[in-house]
Amino acid sequence: MSEPVSALGGAVFDGAVKVTELPPRAMFSLKGDLASKKIVKAATGLTGVDLPGPNSANGAGENGILWMAPDEILLMGPRTDQATAAARLEKALAGTHHLLADVSDARSVFLVEGEGSALREALARLTPADLHPEAFPVGAFRRTRLAQVPAALWMRDGSAVEVLVFRSVAAYVFGLLGHAAAGGSLSHF
Amino acid sequence: MLILTCPYCGVAADETELAPGGEAHLTRAGVESSDEDFEAYLFQRKNPKGVHFERWRHANGCGKWFHAARCTVTNEVFGTYPAQTLEPPKEILDEIVARRPGWTLETGP
Ligand SMILES: [Zn+2]
Repeated sequence: MSEPVSALGGAVFDGAVKVTELPPRAMFSLKGDLASKKIVKAATGLTGVDLPGPNSANGAGENGILWMAPDEILLMGPRTDQATAAARLEKALAGTHHLLADVSDARSVFLVEGEGSALREALARLTPADLHPEAFPVGAFRRTRLAQVPAALWMRDGSAVEVLVFRSVAAYVFGLLGHAAAGGSLSHF
Repeated sequence: MLILTCPYCGVAADETELAPGGEAHLTRAGVESSDEDFEAYLFQRKNPKGVHFERWRHANGCGKWFHAARCTVTNEVFGTYPAQTLEPPKEILDEIVARRPGWTLETGP
């Protein structure tokens, strides 16, 4: 098996807000009835976290479940032995109507860290999503856009947001995030 | 700027997170239809000054198609509703009449 590499080799931008490209993760797209006990059990069994409600995500370290749509979740885990993880999921889902795809190579993940209001301000320069703490609390997850490309934002804690984008636009997004995070007036939230 | 609440995921989506899908509730004319009906299905669209029903897709979001009722003059949004319907639901029509007294739904092409 070849060694997976991230799009930008773990690039880091250290400004008023810090941007770090995270190492590759295992990611599985799972579509189906999210009220199905089998689907919930397969997802929670693999990741070790609870199924999140709409527009939110649950995570522990590299493991997580992200609510993508009323009939779709994204499962995340460490990028080790994902063939075994996929086989385990298929086994748990046998006999249940579902769609499972290994999409580990599809996306890049950035960690954007900083003091709460500066972090929100930097991201709000790029997205139309409401990032006020009341609208986007810790644990919130929203698919939106950053400038000209689709992106998903996950408020992991008060000072860290994970940004998921398609791998093909990783360099573009890293550039955007760097400009937004460089400085200027970051105190409006 | 238009903000529509997606009836599937509940996100108040900005216009730039949505993809427009044109007029809603068209009746599809198939190959068995007359030339006039097929032409109307392909090309004839309402262009009202006022209440209009449209299809939108939450493209930079949950990905679902939905319907919206809005005013083309003021961009006032009367409501959004799921795509699994052939006509606007009663609560949307009631909302429009409440804000535009005397308005009636125009039926047919
Ligand atoms: Zn939606």
